[in-house]
Amino acid sequence: MGSTTLTKPESAARLDDFGRGGRGFDDFGGGDRWVPERHRVPSRSYMIAMAMALAAIVMLFAAFTSALVVRKGLSYDWVSMPMPRVLWLNTALLLLSSLTLEFSRRALGAHRAEAFARWLYVTTGLGVAFVAGQLLAWRELAAQGVYLATNPSSSFFYLFTAAHGLHLLGGIAALIYLVVRAGAIALRKQRRTAVDVTALYWHFMDGLWIYILFLLMTRF
Amino acid sequence: MAGVHAEAVHRHEAPKGFIRRYIFSLDHKVIGIQYYFLALFSVFVGLLLSILIRIHLVWPQAKIPLLELLSRTGAPGGVITPEYYLSLLTMHGTIMVFFVLTTAPQSGFGNYFLPIQIGAEDMAFPRLNMLSFWVTFAGLVVLMAAFFIPDGPPISGWTAYPPLSAVGGASGPGEAVGQNLWIISIAIFCVASMLGALNFIATTLDLRAHGLSLMRMPLTCWAWFITAILALLSFAVLLAAGALLLLDRVGGTSFFVPGGLIVSDKIIKHSGGSPLLWQHLFWFFGHPEVYIAILPGMGVTSHILSTFSRKPIFGYKAMVVAMGAIGVLGFVVWGHHMFISGMSPYSAFAFSVLTMAIAVPSAIKTFNWLGTILGAKLRFPTPMLFALGFVSLFVTGGLSGIFLGQPPIDIYFHDTYFVLAHFHMIMGVAAIFGIFAGTYFWFPKMFGRMLNETMGKIHFWVTFVGVYAIFMPMHFLGLEGHPRRYSELSGFEFLKPLLGVHDFISHAAFITGAIQLVFLFNLFWSMFKGMKAAENPWEATTLEWTVPSPPPHDNFAGRHPVIYRGAYEFSVPGAEKDYVMQDSPEKVEAGH
Repeated sequence: MGSTTLTKPESAARLDDFGRGGRGFDDFGGGDRWVPERHRVPSRSYMIAMAMALAAIVMLFAAFTSALVVRKGLSYDWVSMPMPRVLWLNTALLLLSSLTLEFSRRALGAHRAEAFARWLYVTTGLGVAFVAGQLLAWRELAAQGVYLATNPSSSFFYLFTAAHGLHLLGGIAALIYLVVRAGAIALRKQRRTAVDVTALYWHFMDGLWIYILFLLMTRF
Repeated sequence: MAGVHAEAVHRHEAPKGFIRRYIFSLDHKVIGIQYYFLALFSVFVGLLLSILIRIHLVWPQAKIPLLELLSRTGAPGGVITPEYYLSLLTMHGTIMVFFVLTTAPQSGFGNYFLPIQIGAEDMAFPRLNMLSFWVTFAGLVVLMAAFFIPDGPPISGWTAYPPLSAVGGASGPGEAVGQNLWIISIAIFCVASMLGALNFIATTLDLRAHGLSLMRMPLTCWAWFITAILALLSFAVLLAAGALLLLDRVGGTSFFVPGGLIVSDKIIKHSGGSPLLWQHLFWFFGHPEVYIAILPGMGVTSHILSTFSRKPIFGYKAMVVAMGAIGVLGFVVWGHHMFISGMSPYSAFAFSVLTMAIAVPSAIKTFNWLGTILGAKLRFPTPMLFALGFVSLFVTGGLSGIFLGQPPIDIYFHDTYFVLAHFHMIMGVAAIFGIFAGTYFWFPKMFGRMLNETMGKIHFWVTFVGVYAIFMPMHFLGLEGHPRRYSELSGFEFLKPLLGVHDFISHAAFITGAIQLVFLFNLFWSMFKGMKAAENPWEATTLEWTVPSPPPHDNFAGRHPVIYRGAYEFSVPGAEKDYVMQDSPEKVEAGH
């Protein structure tokens, strides 16, 4: 058979009575939005998957936080760590990158393909700058003789910043993918999900960094 | 043609070429079978390890052929050293819990049947699915590598408690490179598990067919869904714990290692860490993990009991709520693994009450299973036998859990054979019976042929009697105060009279282990020579039985099933047959 032309099966006429089971249990709509062209998955699925992935990342950092609270509380060897100044600059860069990502999405929504791509470049650049800044922070600490095992406080500092940084690198990889595919994305409707999903991840990483900063300021 | 509605006849083009069809396949069915075979390989490795353990306990000086080739230091002359015994039990536990019980019921059967049972062409993210499998495979390779390094596998148990697991080679053989491999393997497994969980959740929420509301889903789908949520949230914590342990070992940090340790005459430089922190983090993962191991088996059991009782499952809604309750409560009971750690009695009380609370939804499920088979016209093919066996073993294993959930009693039983009896009954047997039940039930659909019934019944009865023979006596060993993880009993006067019990257990284990070869033979022989299976040999109602055996590449050959009723419409008054398929528009009074 050639390319499919079906958009909805005949039974779509019963759109109003299926999916409830007669029991009023909210069922998230079942398959009524799935248009079977090839293996098409509603864009909502990608957002759900990203939300679930973020839930897992929350659990990871919750476990690290719990370890921090316990380790600091149970011992006498905690020495407060100096917070490298460059962290403030990095924070600003990351916050800015979230802003520019939103500019990018707005441009995409307004069909301004060039602006969309441009703001994506800027966001990616800011993200890379953030990571570079984090590495600078590490070098600053190393110059002061503060390494991973120097003190529990430094252990946690490196742990949190490394874990966040690694996840952010994943986000940068996604941004690079978007940059490379920016042309195709601007034209095709379905690929916009990739932008939305990446944006969700990126903003979350931003928020996570704010949380880590808060931890660094109050618990270290 | 006028009047002929344009049902989608677009078919998914099946991939060509051996590599794309069977190795790097995006098809959830192939991936499910890949997971199943990974678990099958792992279970035989784990079984072999358990046989070595059983031999050593009764005949500590036995020379085991070929073992010296595997480890000259661990088994010089074929005689297992006490340290190597610990290595064997560590790997037995790790392989069985992760690569068998977390893999086969969820990633194996779940991958294969969740999309079909909900009427979808594939999982939501086929490429992520394939990635999950190969990452799991990589994790297994890394773990198995620990057998072949000179120092051998780690000796810290599947629980890897620090300081023993955190101070490196000083604490024993296998604790240098072996423990690192263990941590890396488990970390890889965590990632694979979480990626798989994402797929299950998105698929269940978004790819259900028309008419398939959540409350019409088969209980298998509910079980896979809830298990996926548990896996997503708990494996992240294990990953965190593993990262911290690895940093302690190679980075010089002291998350878990306290100060002042001298191990094997070596001063350990770490200080300030807390071994208890590891226990909290590990068991926060570890308890949901055991529910991950059992929930799919519960789903399969509900499904099979209903099918072969020709009755709807008793209390479908309660079954769903109970599984959800077990999932939620599973996150707040981890302290019951730590009753002897020195925790406040108030904390212990809280954990104990919550642990008792889990008995309630578990009991609801058990009574509902009994309610399903009560007064029913039962059929007893092999899947039904294993499902009934699951109920029996779940009760037996669960009951000993009630003892262990009481701190005063657990203070006596902790680290004795009573605990072994409990978790083997419930995980090592009940969950395995769930896997067997699923295998016998779904084999016809997966391979288009029936498994041999006679071999199946022999397999069931010998295994069923065998596992009781193995694990019931362990309760009494525990009562006598027999500690676990002891490689030899000869040095203890109070253990000497128990050697006879071990002798009995080991012989039972050999027989039970041997009969699994019948299953293995049945499995592979029937794939090629078994009786050809009809589309719906069990007269079941769910969607997988509406497609050919095995299903085509896109499951429904371009069809889009529409669901009209729940999954357990058996013996409906007024219906043509004693079962009504989920996608049948037949109007019957009880259809809803």
